[in-house]
Amino acid sequence: MNLAVSIILGVGLVFFLGGAVGILRFPDFYSRLHPAGKMDTLGSFLMLGALALYHLHPFTLDNVLVAIKIALIVVFYFLASPTATHAIVDAGIRAGQAAWQKPGRGAGS
Amino acid sequence: MQQPPTPEERYEAEAQVISGQVRPARRAYTFLFTFPTLMALWVVLSGRFDAFHLSLGVISCALVSFFSGDLLFPHAPHPRLTLRLWWRFPLYVPWLLYQIFLANLHLLYLTFHPRMPELIDPHMVRFRSKLKSEMALLAFANSITLTPGTITVRVSPDGDFVVHAIDRFSGEALPGEMEQRLARTFGED
Repeated sequence: MNLAVSIILGVGLVFFLGGAVGILRFPDFYSRLHPAGKMDTLGSFLMLGALALYHLHPFTLDNVLVAIKIALIVVFYFLASPTATHAIVDAGIRAGQAAWQKPGRGAGS
Repeated sequence: MQQPPTPEERYEAEAQVISGQVRPARRAYTFLFTFPTLMALWVVLSGRFDAFHLSLGVISCALVSFFSGDLLFPHAPHPRLTLRLWWRFPLYVPWLLYQIFLANLHLLYLTFHPRMPELIDPHMVRFRSKLKSEMALLAFANSITLTPGTITVRVSPDGDFVVHAIDRFSGEALPGEMEQRLARTFGED
C-alpha cells in the first residue's frame, strides 16, 4: 500500500517538474501556459489522490471523510484550473500579445 | 414514456430559470435535486452525526435550496434530463482522465526534448461546435483546456471556438471524439 502511494506521488512529482521546466523552456506566453495549466492539474490530481489513498489506511469513518474532502479539492481544482488558464489566455489576447510562430511560417492560420 | 426534451424546449427551460419565471412545480424539482446534494456536502464537511449538527444542516440546506436552488442545477426543471446527466457524466470523467494522462505524457515528452522548438508549432484553430446548452459548452471548453496541447482561447454562446494548439498533432484532434462524447453526455446527439 505504502509502495503504491509512493509511486503515485513520484509520478505526480515528475509531472510537476515537467510543468516547471516547461514554463521555462517554451518560447512564448501562450505556449508556456500549456505546461503551467495542465501538468499541474494532473500532478496535483495524482498527488492528492495518493494522499487520499494513504489516509484510508485505518479504514474508519473519520479517515473516509478526510479522503472525501481531499477528493472535493481535486474536483475544485479540475474546475478552477482550466477556467483560470482560459482567463489568462483571454487577457493576453485582449491585450494584443502576439503568439510565437515557427520561423518561416506566414502570419496566416 | 415521455419524449426527451428538444433543444428548443431546453432553451426555453433555461430562459425560464434565468428570468425567474419558473412555475411552482418546477421549483419543487429544483429543490428535490439541490437539497440532497447540499446535505451530503454538509455531512461530509461537518463529520458530526449528532442531532444538533444534523438539524442545523437540514435548516441551512433547506433555506439555501429554497432561495437559490436554481443556481446549482439549471436543468432541474427537466428532472429526467438532470438524472441522465448524473448518470452519464461519471461515465465521461474516466475517459477524460485517460485522455488527460495520454496528452500529458505527450507534453512531457515535448518539454524535455532537446530540440523542442523544432517540434512545436503553435497555431490557432477555429471551429464551430454543434453543442447547444451552456453547460455542455463549458464542459467542452474546460475539457479542451485540460487536454494538453490545446487551450480554449474564446467561446461564443453559439459554439464558435478559438483554440490555441501547441503542435500539429494536438490541433488535428479537434473537435472530434470529445465533442461526440459530450453530446451524448448532455443528450444533444
